[in-house]
Amino acid sequence: MKRQQLQRAAVTAASSVLAVFVALLISAVILLITGKDPVKAFTTLFGAAGDTRVIQGSLNRATPLMISAAAVAIGFKMNLFNIGVEGQMRVALLATAVVGAAVNLPAPLHIALCLVVAMASGAVWSGIAGWLKVKRGVNEVISTIMLNFIALSLVAWAFDDFFRVESPNESVLVKTKELPKSAWFPDLVDRRLNGMLLVAIAVLILFWVIVWKTRFGFRLRASGGNPGAARVTGVHPQRMILISMLLSGALAGLVGMRALLGDVHAYQNNLAEQQGFNGIAVALLGRNHPLGIFFSAILFGFLGEASGKLQLEDIPKEIATIMSGIIVLAVVIINEAVKRWDDRRIQRKAAAELEKVSA
Amino acid sequence: MSTTTEAGALAVELSGITKTFPGVIANKDVDLRVRAGTIHAIVGENGAGKSTLMKTLYGMHQPDEGTIRVDGRDVTFRSPTDAIAVGIGMVHQHFKLADNLTVLENVILGNEPVGSRGRLRLDDARRDIRGLMDALNVDFDLDAPVASLGVGQRQRVEILKVLYRGAKILILDEPTAVLVPQEVEELFATLKRLVSEGRTVIFISHKLDEVLTYCDEITVIRQGLTVAHTTPRAVDRRGLAELMVGSDLPNPAGRTSHVGATPVLEVHVAVAGASPGAKLALESISFTVHDGEVVGIAGVEGNGQFELCEAILGLAPMVSGSVHIAGRDLTLAGTRERITSGLSYIPFDRHREGLLLDAPLWENTLLGREDESDLSSGPFISRRRAEAESRRIIDRFGVRTPSEQVPAFALSGGNQQKLVVGREMSTAPKILLAAHPTRGVDVGAQAAIWDELRSARDAGLGVLLISADLEELIGLSDRILVMFDGRITAELDPGRATPEILGTHMTGEVQGVAQ
Repeated sequence: MKRQQLQRAAVTAASSVLAVFVALLISAVILLITGKDPVKAFTTLFGAAGDTRVIQGSLNRATPLMISAAAVAIGFKMNLFNIGVEGQMRVALLATAVVGAAVNLPAPLHIALCLVVAMASGAVWSGIAGWLKVKRGVNEVISTIMLNFIALSLVAWAFDDFFRVESPNESVLVKTKELPKSAWFPDLVDRRLNGMLLVAIAVLILFWVIVWKTRFGFRLRASGGNPGAARVTGVHPQRMILISMLLSGALAGLVGMRALLGDVHAYQNNLAEQQGFNGIAVALLGRNHPLGIFFSAILFGFLGEASGKLQLEDIPKEIATIMSGIIVLAVVIINEAVKRWDDRRIQRKAAAELEKVSA
Repeated sequence: MSTTTEAGALAVELSGITKTFPGVIANKDVDLRVRAGTIHAIVGENGAGKSTLMKTLYGMHQPDEGTIRVDGRDVTFRSPTDAIAVGIGMVHQHFKLADNLTVLENVILGNEPVGSRGRLRLDDARRDIRGLMDALNVDFDLDAPVASLGVGQRQRVEILKVLYRGAKILILDEPTAVLVPQEVEELFATLKRLVSEGRTVIFISHKLDEVLTYCDEITVIRQGLTVAHTTPRAVDRRGLAELMVGSDLPNPAGRTSHVGATPVLEVHVAVAGASPGAKLALESISFTVHDGEVVGIAGVEGNGQFELCEAILGLAPMVSGSVHIAGRDLTLAGTRERITSGLSYIPFDRHREGLLLDAPLWENTLLGREDESDLSSGPFISRRRAEAESRRIIDRFGVRTPSEQVPAFALSGGNQQKLVVGREMSTAPKILLAAHPTRGVDVGAQAAIWDELRSARDAGLGVLLISADLEELIGLSDRILVMFDGRITAELDPGRATPEILGTHMTGEVQGVAQ
């Protein structure tokens, strides 16, 4: 009875793995064209997987990716493409840095307050896009892209004009006022792996429980799958759009927290840059499923971490970035092809059943 | 099986056509002989293999075995382009017109007369199309946008389009599914003109009356096989239906009244705003459905049936009026509260409003029912019990599927509809809004759904039946209300109503006459 389900899951996982292999092949060709030895490159790259420090670094890099991919995925479940995770994260970063530095609380409370502020400010920013979509029918792809630009400029201006503090020893890097120690998120491995990883994993688990196990999640998936069908059962698709946009933004707010609370402890201009955008790729590779996102985030984190080793072998470390890009492309193409094949397979089986009954 | 002598030359001859899809034999050793200058009907249930056969003839796929001869010559089609080249044209069931373009532009689309330097020669096209219209005895404003045309007229544009490409042999795939009786007559008048000019029409249908009234010859297909080749003179309605179904026919009639005294649905709409985007508003509609009663709503689609359902479901704002369900005033209640108070809804279009196509069947049977206490616990859905409920519906309503884990898109239309009907009838409803409950399902599934509706009605269910199938309306309803232009314009006694009487009311020719 559950076999079909397992088969579907296996097919899904296999197609993502296949995409990764195709990406490796294409990267090998690119390496050959540029006159580098792909075997050496790959052994260097994946040889790094045995290094504990690399593993710790990979997990640390994977932390924000897990959260931002979850933010993107919760939108996808409602058929919303939230490209604005980057902007929502940026707004949340500055808001949290300012609020966090302004108060003094016992450590757990202080961290909790920071996380709440981050989620709330991220949600406010994504809520604008959600509200525009519900009230005015503005496509969320357009509005979130625009809001990214607005967030970037707004935050840069607010930071420059109001919140920057010239630090006496580091005159080059301007930051906001440093957070008190009570707001620092503790490390799991000192200076190498921050505890936000546990928050990221908790986010993924919660995401799975809420979306797949609760009535709310069922309604969310139903309105994403077929708004018309959900509507006639009394679910308001508009309300669902707003809720999932807010949830997505709240998660987006958490994306930068590893960098802010766990690393730099103050806002600076390039903090956590690109981590919102990279979540889109991770969500795609992970097929919007928490488990898939978990492994994809680790893979991307690993590619980022291990790429440094390539330079030692005189291979440009950008090959790892290129590989990430090709993986995303391969995933999109192969997933679609595999989905069609699998749909046909299922239809064939259902058709065979029809024949069996009528025979 | 009777065979007519072949007087005219054969326009189309398909011999021994076999086409298999993975796991399914769609056509097996099918023979079809269509004489030139005739209207030739191909009848069969949904899924009998009619469309597969026509796709073979139109070059949309290649047969595994068998030969195609057109005008006496062997042909092989690699694509529809090859079929069009030998003069075959197809009018699809779902029109393929661009709403924002004019009639003229639609007709020439894909086959534009191009002059020197790529300029369109619209005047030539206009002249050619006028010629075709004269021959067909139809008249259009060629510069009117297609969006402004009615369904029947759009179909005529589709036919013009096919003729403009030089088709001698026209395939029409269930052309009357979307038409009212009067439009059907006009369509056949057009088709008669076509055949009198020497063209040939292949007409796919499962509406037996039309086939018997208007067609010259009939080929019956059942489960992928040709089971008969006959003529309207050689067979009657019942005989033809039995050829098609291969067993005894379901009978919608044979009804005794079970109407109770308790109102289960009272609707009084003074004015209801239509859903956003729709033009139509409801006005002065007032009726009551009692327990054990089936009230039929007849009407051409787009005359307020959909808006009425929206108003009853609480999805469209009601300016003034009231809705009582099972004795409770729910005028101000939300949709979910109305549903839990005993309202159930079989939607107009199962794909648009009834199913989550990518979700497994068990999730589909949970849709709208996730609040039921035996299908959930606390904030969580109970997957195990939802699956059990799904299996129960699959068994009870004869949904043919490998299991409840299969996604809904894998099922055939009839089985999807049975699942939707099963779900909506499993909530112990007091009042069921059934919009086209058997649309697009085969005769077997239709009989099963009718049986379920009847036995639920006998047990006290009130049904508001909206249907375009007049036989279904007359057969199941205790009384029939006719909707026209957002109002109820007539109440008819199904015992005395005929499709013709209904047709005159539905088109607004007669208003407000109670029979």
